[in-house]
Amino acid sequence: MNFPVLSVITFTPMAAAAIILLMPAGKKNEIRGVALAAATFALLLSFWVYFSYDASAAGYQFVEKYNWLPVLGISLHFGVDGMSTPLVLLTGVVMFTGVLISWGAYDEHQHLSAGIQDRPREFFAFLFILASGVFGVFVSLDLFMLFFFYEIAVFPMYLLIVIWGWIQTREYAAMKLTLYLFIGSVVSLVGALAMYWTNFQNTGVLTFDMTLLENAGFSQAFQYIWFLPVFLGFAVLGGIWPFHNWSPDGHVAAPTAVSMFHAGVLMKLGAFAALRVGIMLLPEGAKQWSWLIMIFAGVAVVYGAYIAFVQMDLKYMIGFSSVSHMGLVMLGFSTLNRAGLTGAGVQMFSHGVMTALFFAITGMIYDRSHTRQIPELGGMSRIMPFATIGFIVGGLVSMGMPGFSGFVAEFPIFMGVWGAQWLVAVIASISIVITAAYIMRNIRQVFFAKMPEKLEGHMTDVTVLDKVAIVTLCAFMIVIGLYPGIMVPLVSSGVEHILTLLGGA
Amino acid sequence: MFSAITFLAILPEILILVVAMLILVVEPFWKAEQRRNVGWLTAGGLFAVMIISLLFARPGDPTTVLGGMVRFDWLGFFFKMLFLFAGAATSLLLMDNEKVGHRGEAYLLLLASLLGMNLMASSADLVMLYLAIETTSIPLYILSGFMLADDNSTEAGFKYLLFGAMSSAVMLYGFSLLFGFAGTTNIYELASAIAAGPNTLVMALGVIFLLLVGLGFKVSVVPFHFWAPDVYQGAPTPVAGFLSTASKAAGFAVLVRLFFVAFPAFSQPWTMIFAVLATVTMTVGNLLALPQTNIKRLLAFSSIAHAGYVMIGVVSFSLLGATSVVFYLAAYIVTNLLAFGIVMAVSRIIGSDDIKDYSGLSRRNPGLALMMLAAFLSLAGMPPFGGFVAKVFVFAAGIQAGYVWLVVVGIVNSIVGVYYYLNVMKYVYLYRMPNEDEEKHPVPLTRPYAIALVVLAIGVLLVGTLFAPWFSWSDTAAMNLF
Repeated sequence: MNFPVLSVITFTPMAAAAIILLMPAGKKNEIRGVALAAATFALLLSFWVYFSYDASAAGYQFVEKYNWLPVLGISLHFGVDGMSTPLVLLTGVVMFTGVLISWGAYDEHQHLSAGIQDRPREFFAFLFILASGVFGVFVSLDLFMLFFFYEIAVFPMYLLIVIWGWIQTREYAAMKLTLYLFIGSVVSLVGALAMYWTNFQNTGVLTFDMTLLENAGFSQAFQYIWFLPVFLGFAVLGGIWPFHNWSPDGHVAAPTAVSMFHAGVLMKLGAFAALRVGIMLLPEGAKQWSWLIMIFAGVAVVYGAYIAFVQMDLKYMIGFSSVSHMGLVMLGFSTLNRAGLTGAGVQMFSHGVMTALFFAITGMIYDRSHTRQIPELGGMSRIMPFATIGFIVGGLVSMGMPGFSGFVAEFPIFMGVWGAQWLVAVIASISIVITAAYIMRNIRQVFFAKMPEKLEGHMTDVTVLDKVAIVTLCAFMIVIGLYPGIMVPLVSSGVEHILTLLGGA
Repeated sequence: MFSAITFLAILPEILILVVAMLILVVEPFWKAEQRRNVGWLTAGGLFAVMIISLLFARPGDPTTVLGGMVRFDWLGFFFKMLFLFAGAATSLLLMDNEKVGHRGEAYLLLLASLLGMNLMASSADLVMLYLAIETTSIPLYILSGFMLADDNSTEAGFKYLLFGAMSSAVMLYGFSLLFGFAGTTNIYELASAIAAGPNTLVMALGVIFLLLVGLGFKVSVVPFHFWAPDVYQGAPTPVAGFLSTASKAAGFAVLVRLFFVAFPAFSQPWTMIFAVLATVTMTVGNLLALPQTNIKRLLAFSSIAHAGYVMIGVVSFSLLGATSVVFYLAAYIVTNLLAFGIVMAVSRIIGSDDIKDYSGLSRRNPGLALMMLAAFLSLAGMPPFGGFVAKVFVFAAGIQAGYVWLVVVGIVNSIVGVYYYLNVMKYVYLYRMPNEDEEKHPVPLTRPYAIALVVLAIGVLLVGTLFAPWFSWSDTAAMNLF
């Protein structure tokens, strides 16, 4: 048997969390060191998976299967396809950069409260348990294990936000987020159990294996009933309108690294699970209901952008822009055609990196200025040129400028939507204009306007570790933008399989 | 009559008696300050009983021994092992409870009640069953009221006694009616006797109702739950933990055996009744847990709610349903003992059971806070802890049996549960002590606590991740019902 790379990736953060918890709380730098080492290791392995995935062969690769509870057909079945491989890499990247910007040890600027100063041991342990859950969902081919990891990814969020979050809203936001996500996931769970028993009635085989359930041939009526609960239950985490309400509150209350994880990876978790369990296992249901998903997603795209436009708080602005961009992902799903799904796959990666970068830079600014109100900020380009360039790159991606990954993702989505329903494409494209407006207004005010007197002299440049994080994240967006061939064939190999399940639409 | 199998069937009970005798002999010779060590003796003894039984007294095909009084099968055996484990953990947790654990009688009463539970799980005859239930209950009445100087404890003991005596009298009336109708007291002959006799629905419903009063009291199902919060709050904490885990599991062991074996003919009406009871129990338990400010009362209502989740498995009336009941109880025993153990360890230092006094616990003892997190997340049904898998199995059994509505009720309830469990963790992890000087107020653990809590925490994690062996044992146990 080959090297079980997927299970190593999945359990590395978990093992690191256990090691970190066993270390004495006082050894903060050693704890951070272990965290960084584990994150680097997971990143390198996910790079390796990404580049050795054979897009021409397609299908599930790096497959591992261990019987877990054969009586009920539960197995630890791991494998990645063209859709999930980029997301594994995304998780590795966000985990790595998240550790860097949470480092929080500043010898030369003692007054700075950046990063995580309070109880870093617990912080990194919970963050890594979360990361394990995320990896687990992306690589699971077993429905039971998918839920198992999905819930593992949900509960550390509560602790991370409530302990290290923004003091004003953290208790409210953390509970709201947890309840929304938990409700969503258990609604999907009922649907999954219904699939499990129906498959048993049809075939006489007890299995949670999704590669088998894909061919279960559920009846039209069954798919029609269960598609919506399953899809929407997961899509809650994907931030779909009208269940997006938890998301901006959660983003704002969370500490920087958790915001990055939350918007960068967790929302993809919802979208991905909705695709994998909703669309891929219940394709007929997806065809029946795609119009409703399209409406929800279309509203999310335009409404999210508009709300982002009127926000004065930097983090709320990015939070709502995430709702808008994740709406594009859902819009891509709802087309059920090749262009739309491919675009959605790339958008998941592109938006993950972009929003992680936005939140990282916002966190750097907030740690130094102690305000996120856009009118109270200004002139940052003078103090932190590096962060300024990073934010501009992120902004260009967000607007969908050619040459950046945002274009590679959004163009096919709009193409796909036009093919499915041209009116929706026209309406959704309004969001591009609004996005450009708020991004540019924001860059002008925060980075180039005159710095308020209050902040003068209190601002310092970002640290070396922050710069490493910014460069890493920017590199992905530019490389994919200039050379889409590095990701698009991979994603389309995954899309082919989905189209086969949909009956070659 | 006394063949080897008879001896093996009651080997755990015999060995428990041996441990009890040993305590009786040894304890008077020890000085007062050494009496705490009886706890080590009890825990070690029970652990040894468990190992010996596992090695030598495993059941084969189900047989009935001792003149039809005791059933020797995996269902009873699995529960016996659970009870022994819970008893050992409880005696460790008792040791540093100064008012209770420094007296040999407490351990003796614990063993007596454990003996009763073991017989409850394996009795095959109504007479035996009734004796076993009383043997279990009477020592627990005394243990609940053990702290004589404490009004709450006295009230708890007395309340438990009154409720217990009343409901067991009602149940005994049910037994006698059953005997009158069927002409036998053997559980395994009841089904055919009922089928042959002049069975009417009214008669069955009457008997089922009377039995439910007694068993519903034991497992604290709404509306027979009123005693639970007061008794848990007043009783010594380890005793409350024992009541809410082992005693409840013993009740369920009897409940499934009695209803699955004796009343399959009336499964339609009684599953209907149980479905309603499950709904009410989950809802009332969870809703009343919401406003609680005392952690023991919160755990009391939560344990009522958990009885409701278990009932979903009973209602399913299928092999998977029974398996999920057994699995759920195993996971629940470990989890809830951990929760009560932590409450005991904390209240011993801070002298309070108010949730707000848990503020800053994560800084006062990070390891303890982490174990508390594991226990509460498991109660809330989050992976990778036992509670998650247990809930999924119960819900799966419910959906298989076609009770989608009941599962939806269960799910809505577990969402309520998530809210109040996480709320406690907010105190532990977020809030701080009034002067923010947690470093000066550590919460140290004595050795018995450390051992018991770490073992339980590992247990919670094991049941939640490597669940295959537990499941197959539960499955073997459940198969004896059909």
